[in-house]
Amino acid sequence: MSSLAEAKAGNPWFSWQYVQDNAETIRAALIEHVKFTVEAMIIATVLGVLLAVVAYWVRPVAGPILSLTGVLYTIPSLGLLAFVGPLMPSLRSAVVLALVIYALLVIVRSTLTALIQVPADVREAATGMGYGKLARLWRVELPLALPGMLTGVRLATVSTVALVTVGALIGNGALGSLLMDGFRNNFYKAQIATAAILCVLLALVFDTILLLIGRALTPWRRRAA
Amino acid sequence: MNYFSDMIVWLNDPLNWTNPDGILVRLREHLLIMAGALPLAMVVAWPIGIAFGRSNRGGNLIVVMSNITLAIPVLALLTVLPLTGLGFGRLPVVVALAVFAIPPLLATAFTGMREIDPEVRDAARGMGMGSWERLWRVELPLAVPYLASGLRTAAVQVAATAALASFVNGGGLGTIIAAGFGLGVAAAGGQILAGGLLVVVLALVVEGLGALLQRLVTPRPLREARRA
Repeated sequence: MSSLAEAKAGNPWFSWQYVQDNAETIRAALIEHVKFTVEAMIIATVLGVLLAVVAYWVRPVAGPILSLTGVLYTIPSLGLLAFVGPLMPSLRSAVVLALVIYALLVIVRSTLTALIQVPADVREAATGMGYGKLARLWRVELPLALPGMLTGVRLATVSTVALVTVGALIGNGALGSLLMDGFRNNFYKAQIATAAILCVLLALVFDTILLLIGRALTPWRRRAA
Repeated sequence: MNYFSDMIVWLNDPLNWTNPDGILVRLREHLLIMAGALPLAMVVAWPIGIAFGRSNRGGNLIVVMSNITLAIPVLALLTVLPLTGLGFGRLPVVVALAVFAIPPLLATAFTGMREIDPEVRDAARGMGMGSWERLWRVELPLAVPYLASGLRTAAVQVAATAALASFVNGGGLGTIIAAGFGLGVAAAGGQILAGGLLVVVLALVVEGLGALLQRLVTPRPLREARRA
């Protein structure tokens, strides 16, 4: 009868002992999680901004791109993973591809919306000052669209951190795999709680870093405030 | 790359539909999870969102809440909740999905109440309507399009995330995908793709039905005003 009580007491939600004993595993999962997020976000940001600029220049495609990204975003992550899993060379790259697709959708939408909202008279003034198309984009339109773009990147990053865990289905979920291993391994609460908390903390850390980068990149907004 | 033909073969096998753990059973589980999670989220989110919106309080709270739920992996709640007092089975899955469906419902209920023209409220008050009557006969009908759009977002999200229930043996269409990956891509690539297709089609169907519902409950004058 005391063994039951011991078993209960032996599976606490938080255990410093667990963290110490498994520091190496936890660190590896955390690093893998960061790698997944950073890789996916860099690819998605570059591609997303490029796509948004193309849609911005070739205005007739802007509407279709916006509605297409809306529809694609409703595709369940697991469904997408099931689709790209068998088609990609490795399961790890399938996870990255799925992450890139979701983040891409958010970034294209926010960047395109932000670019379209650049006031027409500002654009005209830039043209009047002799800016070419590229120079105007780089020195006038993109800086003005930056706050909207950054909001999109932050949103995409936070959901990417959460989404990485779904990769656990195919053994590539970083902290998500830790979560699932804990669940399968007799519901090891300490492991589940540690992985879940690390996920949320990681999202908050990324969000804060991006917020600070955004502040540094848009000094004119701070002065105005 | 013959996974696609494998998929078609797999989908064409009637046994894969009617087996005890076939598509129909999984679909039923999927729909049952949705039928639990959506009403639960509505019952919690709408009264709070409407009350907050009417008194114009708690707007920041709603934003903070939806940001926090964005950072929580669905998988974390799915694995944590069965170990709490909720026990195993369908209940923790339903509760977990309801938690993620609450923010869009809450936000749209709040916005729906905020967007009502104050003059309309005053006119209703001037006609001698009490607070409850005003809510029931004036404010709620005006907020219906917002509520419907929130419900559509929440329904699609629940349909999509219910696929993750398979991680914790909660059933649903995701089980087909999980079982496929369990067998390995080489052996069950067709089954994995088929499961993916089913999940995607279900989400798109829910999205379409949601759009239809949203259109039906939005009075024509409001529809045109929204487009302009």
